[in-house]
Amino acid sequence: MMKRLNRNYLRKKNHVSDAVGSADKLLFKNGSLIDFSKRQIVPQDMLIVNGVVAEIGHLEIDEFDGHQFDIAGKLIMPGLFDMHVHFREPGREDEETLLSGASSAMFGGFTSVCTMPNTEPATDNREIIEYILNSLSNHLIEVHPIAAITIGRKGEQLVEIAELVDAGVIAFSDDGSSVANPMLLRRALDYSRMFDILIIEHCEEPTLAANGAMHEGFMSTKLGLPGIPSIAEELIVARNIMLARYTNGKIHIAHISTKGSIDLVRRAKAEGIQVTCEVTPHHFSLCDEDLETYDTNLKMNPPLRTPSDVEAVFEGLKDGTIDVIATDHAPHSSEEKDVEFDAAPFGIIGSETAVGLTITKLVKAGKLNLIDALEKLSAKPYQVLGLPVPEIRSGAKATISIIDQDIEWMVDKHAFRSQSRNTPFHGMRLHGKSWGVINNGKYLISAQQ
Amino acid sequence: MSSFTLKHLLGLEGVSRDDITTILDTAASFREVLDRPYPKVPTLRGTTVVNLFFEASTRTRISFELAEKRLSADTISFSTATSSVKKGETLRDTAQNIEAMRVDMVVIRHSASGAPHFLSKCIKGTVINAGDGAHEHPTQALLDMMTIRDKFKRIENLRIAIVGDILHSRVARSNIYGLTTMGAQVMLCAPSTLIPYEAHKWPVQISYNVDDAIEWADILMVLRIQLERQQANFFPSLREYHNYFGLTSDRIKRVNRDITIMHPGPINRGVEIESELADSDKSVILNQVTNGVAVRMAVLYLLSGELKSDDEKTKS
Repeated sequence: MMKRLNRNYLRKKNHVSDAVGSADKLLFKNGSLIDFSKRQIVPQDMLIVNGVVAEIGHLEIDEFDGHQFDIAGKLIMPGLFDMHVHFREPGREDEETLLSGASSAMFGGFTSVCTMPNTEPATDNREIIEYILNSLSNHLIEVHPIAAITIGRKGEQLVEIAELVDAGVIAFSDDGSSVANPMLLRRALDYSRMFDILIIEHCEEPTLAANGAMHEGFMSTKLGLPGIPSIAEELIVARNIMLARYTNGKIHIAHISTKGSIDLVRRAKAEGIQVTCEVTPHHFSLCDEDLETYDTNLKMNPPLRTPSDVEAVFEGLKDGTIDVIATDHAPHSSEEKDVEFDAAPFGIIGSETAVGLTITKLVKAGKLNLIDALEKLSAKPYQVLGLPVPEIRSGAKATISIIDQDIEWMVDKHAFRSQSRNTPFHGMRLHGKSWGVINNGKYLISAQQ
Repeated sequence: MSSFTLKHLLGLEGVSRDDITTILDTAASFREVLDRPYPKVPTLRGTTVVNLFFEASTRTRISFELAEKRLSADTISFSTATSSVKKGETLRDTAQNIEAMRVDMVVIRHSASGAPHFLSKCIKGTVINAGDGAHEHPTQALLDMMTIRDKFKRIENLRIAIVGDILHSRVARSNIYGLTTMGAQVMLCAPSTLIPYEAHKWPVQISYNVDDAIEWADILMVLRIQLERQQANFFPSLREYHNYFGLTSDRIKRVNRDITIMHPGPINRGVEIESELADSDKSVILNQVTNGVAVRMAVLYLLSGELKSDDEKTKS
């Protein structure tokens, strides 16, 4: 079994390395540059030399000897950043590796990711952080690992936060569960304040959510499945906001999913508490009513909520309560997912559908304007994580995503670069897709693959 | 006879009044077969039916087996109580084996809601749900409706109160769909902790007072209360449950009306119902059991897709 998977994986790796080019000399003609600070889209040509933006503007270059692309109608922006992915390495390399996950991200249009620490063993020490950083050191994708808050994600003892920050950790989270003990989370918030570093919380009160398989509502009542009530999320969001206020720490709510949670964050922001949050594309694209067929690719945590929660997500995205769109890319093997609903693990993959769902379900559906929507995939994650947003000006390192917002395509899970296939979007028609990415002196034109 | 539209019987949600009527009418003619000296018909000769019971069950399994044998089907039964970790693997593997052995129909009982739906996607044969988790138990509701029709000659406009652990009950769900589709009025009566979330979105009334339910109902459908519900704090004690929600002769006597009592079994005597009352002439509990075989014969026959004339069907 492992042998077969490994061969597949090697084949994919070769395939991907063929696809990535060296950004020695690239000329992009007729692009549209998104300027998030001025909220405008400007027609520009762009010349990249040795991974750096050499020139931007209206360029007339005679006898250009590099690669030239006409990108009329395509959008240029700072490289998309997925701040919530699970790449399963170390531990479950049969589901995803750092390399296959990174391929999936770059084909999806991202240039940076934050990997979550629920690996096996948990990412809670310098060795694993260095392993992750080294594995992708030469990659187009920039990886910013998130470490566990507590050793083994057990919620008992803090990890060595200072050393891990030194090792390159960008944020801390026990994602997959909350830090159940409020005293421990208080210490984490107090301690992390020294480094001005983010604590990310998966908000789920464990006793209220116990054994739940889907959102608790009329659908769970009809399907006879144990429910995960909204209150299980909202109670912890409220607690975390209060702790952030008390400690003056920085807290980020992962994959927010309920109207009540969004209201809490909205009020906290108005009060000036340092809280930010993200939503996944599936939480604005699907709802609990889609579960009629017991499809385990609709089983995720937090669960798909009700249509009125989805409406609240649109509102939160629009008024800025929700800062970021992040995928919660969670690969699972088909053996694990191809079972009865109760027995299936939570989570779906999302790297390669995020752009399409954002443009289709938010922009084309009239819920959010194009600039606001793409900013939540591009500039916002950098800001939330305290990183500089990549600039697109001459002399700056090129960290760039190019998106074709008009292309219509059909999701085909078999074409994914991810090693896993657990998506509910297979066969769906979407508008908008990554055209290509440039980062770390490399480029990938996914539109040509 | 009107045409029958179902390929599988996964639940009664969404099943039409015509289809339910067809099943009940067919069951009535099979009920006559069961009363004959030689209660067997050749209807499903050559058809292979497998009974997969992944959860402990005696009554339902025997009822299905008997129904299959009365129809002359070739039957195999498989019972196992599986660990929750392995259950997915077992079901997938079992489904593939069934497919390889060219089985025509599969009857499945499983602790996971949706397991029959999963199976129906894995195999080409017909799937009959014999109870899945807290989701549905359609043949139980059908035999309940048959029993009601036997006694009242109708279902429409009757008042049926389902009393007990609605939250965990697949029997309640199937009956809610079946009975409301057939035009009955349904009331759910239980401690508020055992009424599922947003149950008011069903076309039912909800009551937390068993005396009100008795006052209102023509039929009381009593559900089994399991000890582990007390351990999970759904109610403080079995004693309190019995005192406030248990059906007793005293409670029934207070209303001056004929009331019919049903129970899908197995009965927890002295908890949800007083022993004497369960055995009284108000109870149709044993009629339910007999009708179970007839209803399952009807479901097997109709899903086998060989819709023959009534004469041919009951020819022994």
